[in-house]
Amino acid sequence: MNIDPRQTRGLTAIDGAMVLIVVLLMVQIWLLSATLESYLAGHREAALPGAIISGVLFAACLGLYLFVDRVDSEVRRG
Amino acid sequence: MSWFRRRSSAPLWQDEFSVYTADERYVTRRQFTKFLTLTSFAMFAGNLWILVRSWLRKPGAHSRQTVAAAGEIPVGGVKLFSYPTPEDPCILVRTGDDSYVAYSQKCTHLSCAVYYSKEQNHLECPCHQGFFSVADGSVLQGPPQRPLPRIALEHSGGQLIALGVEEEGA
Repeated sequence: MNIDPRQTRGLTAIDGAMVLIVVLLMVQIWLLSATLESYLAGHREAALPGAIISGVLFAACLGLYLFVDRVDSEVRRG
Repeated sequence: MSWFRRRSSAPLWQDEFSVYTADERYVTRRQFTKFLTLTSFAMFAGNLWILVRSWLRKPGAHSRQTVAAAGEIPVGGVKLFSYPTPEDPCILVRTGDDSYVAYSQKCTHLSCAVYYSKEQNHLECPCHQGFFSVADGSVLQGPPQRPLPRIALEHSGGQLIALGVEEEGA
């Protein structure tokens, strides 16, 4: 059976992007729990940097998703 | 090169439910990535919610409330009361002839009710063995990360009056 090398490359790229998203998501989960703990302890100063960093991480995840979406589109439709 | 996917000439159902195994691997990965990205957005929304709450939260302006009469409880004794609302249980401890301390009775770990152990002279949460200092409410041992919120007391006219809740960092 012939495997299209373009398909294999595309899958590798998508798998790499997924791993990156998972790592970013783990950082975001930790960040949310740390910010919440800090807020409940009465330290409000951590809320703004927490929200900004979380937003940046979300933007990175969104960018990676768009990348995955584009690779899927390009490889499958030639 | 565009950031976005090219529109398919095939109908959506054919694009999403391909009969080809190779295509199927792409579709499932893309859908899983979408799920992860939405989870990431949920985390971001949670952080935004904390930010909004911290902006809206004002320093507590609590009412004065008589908690007990001085001498009503013996040294080493306790009295339970609610402050500032009926849903906020608190514990008053008489630690000396003329010294009283009061704390929120909700453990800062998972909100179990703490009680005073006279023998050990500390406040104890029975759920997960969290111990708090009677002197300042700080954590001595166990899973809680934060001290117990302290109730500010005033000794006036033979009465103990609660003035407010002192939270760490507030």
